[in-house]
Amino acid sequence: MSIEANEEFRPKIVAFCCNWCSYAGADLAGSSRLAYPADVKIIRVPCSCRVNPMFILRAFEKGADGVIMCGCHPGDCHYSTGNYYARRRMTLLFSMLDYIGVENGRTRVEWVSAAEGVKFSTTMNEFVEKIHSLGKNVRLGDLRCRN
Amino acid sequence: MSTEKKQAEQIKEISGVNPLKCMKCGKCSASCPSYNEMDIKPHQFVSYVQNEDIESLVNSKSLWKCLSCFACVERCPRDVKPGKLIDAARQIVVRQKGQDYLLADEIPELLDPDVPQQLLVSAFRRYRR
Amino acid sequence: MQRIGVFVCHCGSNIAATVDVKKVAEMALMEPGVVHAEDYQYMCSEAGQARIQEAIKEKNLTGIVVCSCSPRMHENTFRKAVERAGLNPYMVEVANIREHCSWIHKDIEEATKKAVILMRAAVAKVNLNTPLKPGESRVTKRALVIGGGIAGIQTALDIADAGYKVDIVEKTPSIGGRMSQVDKTFPTLDCSACILTPKMVEANAHENITIYTYSEVENVSGFVGDFTVDIRKKARSVDMTKCTGCGVCQEKCPSKKTPSEFNRGLNNRSAIYTPFAQAIPNVPVIDREACIKFKTGKCGLCSKVCQAGAIDYDQKDEIITEKYGAIVVATGFDMIKLDKYDEYAYSQSKDVITSLELERIMNAAGPTKGHLERMSDGKPPKEMVFIQCVGSRCSDDRGKSYCSKICCMYTAKHAMLIRDKYPDVNVTVFYIDVRTPGKNFDEFYRRAVEDYGVNYIKGQVGKVIPQSNGKLLVRGVDLIDQKQIVKEADMVVLAAAIEPNPDVRKIATMLTASIDTNNFLTEAHAKLRPVESPTAGIFLSGVCQGPKDIPETVSQAGAAAVKAIGLLAKDKLMTNPCTAHSDELLCNGCSNCANVCPYGAISYEDKEVNDHGKREVRRIAQVNSALCQGCGACTVTCPSGAMDLQGFSNRQILAEVDAICR
Repeated sequence: MSIEANEEFRPKIVAFCCNWCSYAGADLAGSSRLAYPADVKIIRVPCSCRVNPMFILRAFEKGADGVIMCGCHPGDCHYSTGNYYARRRMTLLFSMLDYIGVENGRTRVEWVSAAEGVKFSTTMNEFVEKIHSLGKNVRLGDLRCRN
Repeated sequence: MSTEKKQAEQIKEISGVNPLKCMKCGKCSASCPSYNEMDIKPHQFVSYVQNEDIESLVNSKSLWKCLSCFACVERCPRDVKPGKLIDAARQIVVRQKGQDYLLADEIPELLDPDVPQQLLVSAFRRYRR
Repeated sequence: MQRIGVFVCHCGSNIAATVDVKKVAEMALMEPGVVHAEDYQYMCSEAGQARIQEAIKEKNLTGIVVCSCSPRMHENTFRKAVERAGLNPYMVEVANIREHCSWIHKDIEEATKKAVILMRAAVAKVNLNTPLKPGESRVTKRALVIGGGIAGIQTALDIADAGYKVDIVEKTPSIGGRMSQVDKTFPTLDCSACILTPKMVEANAHENITIYTYSEVENVSGFVGDFTVDIRKKARSVDMTKCTGCGVCQEKCPSKKTPSEFNRGLNNRSAIYTPFAQAIPNVPVIDREACIKFKTGKCGLCSKVCQAGAIDYDQKDEIITEKYGAIVVATGFDMIKLDKYDEYAYSQSKDVITSLELERIMNAAGPTKGHLERMSDGKPPKEMVFIQCVGSRCSDDRGKSYCSKICCMYTAKHAMLIRDKYPDVNVTVFYIDVRTPGKNFDEFYRRAVEDYGVNYIKGQVGKVIPQSNGKLLVRGVDLIDQKQIVKEADMVVLAAAIEPNPDVRKIATMLTASIDTNNFLTEAHAKLRPVESPTAGIFLSGVCQGPKDIPETVSQAGAAAVKAIGLLAKDKLMTNPCTAHSDELLCNGCSNCANVCPYGAISYEDKEVNDHGKREVRRIAQVNSALCQGCGACTVTCPSGAMDLQGFSNRQILAEVDAICR
């Protein structure tokens, strides 16, 4: 792996957003022109409970530096209980990731409603900043995927 | 942190009471048998703690007029328990003086298990004061 | 391999100003499967859509990626456009390069880079898209209303008036519900029976309404549009077709010691009874627990006096099975039990009563013929005390955490009526807050204070002590005057909290409709879908959803009816094709998926599978696509990875992840 010293570190960040709240919140951040770094790429899922831990592991394996999952606020899930399942799964997954050396700061769960464009944008700004402070993720990357 | 703020926090900690839960219904004062003897009424304990006016609370007559009968604790619909607040304030006074009046040897061997422990403890404090 | 077309939208300058759209289109051509790419000013316009349609025909495209605004905005537009060109609408994916890219980034190079990545992710997904077909299910044009109170009656009337058949299932021997027990209604003080009974009669006479009283829902299966319901019609022991409702049997019945449910136990009823005089149907039932004939075999007096020969001691419970398209829950409420409130002496004194009991005492058809008197000695009271919020707004385990909403108003009503009819009676109300949001509500309460001289005291009562002289010692507090109040009262009225009918738990389980910690049914959306349950085809009417007064209940009943009519008016339901499905070779029948499904859409069946030549019968999860809403909870829960979600499959999402991290 070779990163030239003068090359600016641009993290790869995957954001899973539920269709009903967080994706709409991201849309609102867009229509309110609330900037956040272009490093964040959003994947739309029907509900936060659709996010399989496998997706997150795969992202890290493929070289992602951070993964954030956003869903409806607890109690507001479009499917009533989906975000509760997601919350439990992510708690387990993140502690396991931490155990194998993927720092807790690289993973995050945030509840963003369709009305919280500001929250979406500030969350993403914070998260990207955090990833910058942690630097490149080298722990889980599949060496075969590297140059 | 100011002394009073510290004391207010101490009262909350000792009593385990969250004064913010109070909905100001007054059922505590309605239940209190020593109401007429008190200068600060049971339903006011909460706001004194909330406003961190512990000075007035510990200097009040109420502090030593409360019988610790627990009627207010039993009947409070919001789990605020003014009786526990005033008891905590009492403990602060006792602790402040650096004197613990109760010696372990002095506790009778046989206690009526139905007597709330707190009643016993506060009775001891008053007796020894 | 798909043949994919990528269409990049300028959105005027909204996208084109910060994203090099030509570059995005150019890069698209380098992606696997992409055979066509172009950019255009406004992709969503008529002309833009025509370009997509032309390209589909010319280049034989099988998948479409539109790089434009949010899919929440125009996904449907593009789906319809490709459908018109003969392509399956679910072969479209939208890359959101406006809200998620051009609008939030300023640097053109950076924004273009990101737009390319988003395009790649969408292309990667479309490569794995499969044509999806919405399912169809038929709609049975008949509605079921559970509960025959004012909520159920109103809902049934509204649905029936729209021309659909409705059945009402009511547990007690008569429809009418709580409202029939109420004497007068606030804030107009018109008599409850005078406005309710015409509606009961109308429901009974309506050609589209069938009423099953003394009946309960026993089993529910099926799904939206196609429910199958078993209704247990309990044995009435009276032939409804023969009975004339003359009432002689009730007069002659020798067993008259059962507390009347209708009068809240304030007086007794006979073993054969109709709950009240205006009952509908006006056909009595025999309470077999109290009937001497059923207990000892001797008696049979009612049968002897019945000239119509309607008494039938051998009648059996009957199960009626019927199909419905929609189900409305209108199970209503009851007062909470006050056995945990010893300090108010409810169980110790007959003169401590609940508001609903006072309602019966004030009613001309009630146990005291409408005379206000003490239940202990029949004497008229001189001092009356009302205590508010008994069991409401409690955070301990004795009461309910919510405000019961109706008590402030009915207490003002009671106080006003008493002061009006008996001006020499002093009325004191102990309150914590007086909550009167509603049209003409606060004016009503102020009238009680200003015109009728009701004494409102801000403060609570701590204890009610029955005295040896028959009076009640009330110890309360006046928080404004800072005084403890000790007064003797003749009667104490408790505004007990209301709670959902306890039966609602059982019914909610049968319907797989969710309920909250207080047993209120949950609505699909607290603000925007307040009369629908999250379970499709189940609607909510009245207090089963949350505390409300009569006007609110009636409006909600109408709203629930409209939603049910909207469903019944459809001949067929198109179902969302993005549903879960299980791979029968991988499924091990563990039930984990069914446990997390909020819609009860997953069931199990024993099915013969061919596992690489080995034939065996296995227990396999089946998803009912009419019920599945496509959340995907089951897909992640499945330990063997057998569950997948169409439209958001594991492979599709992984492909997106790969494309983004590439």
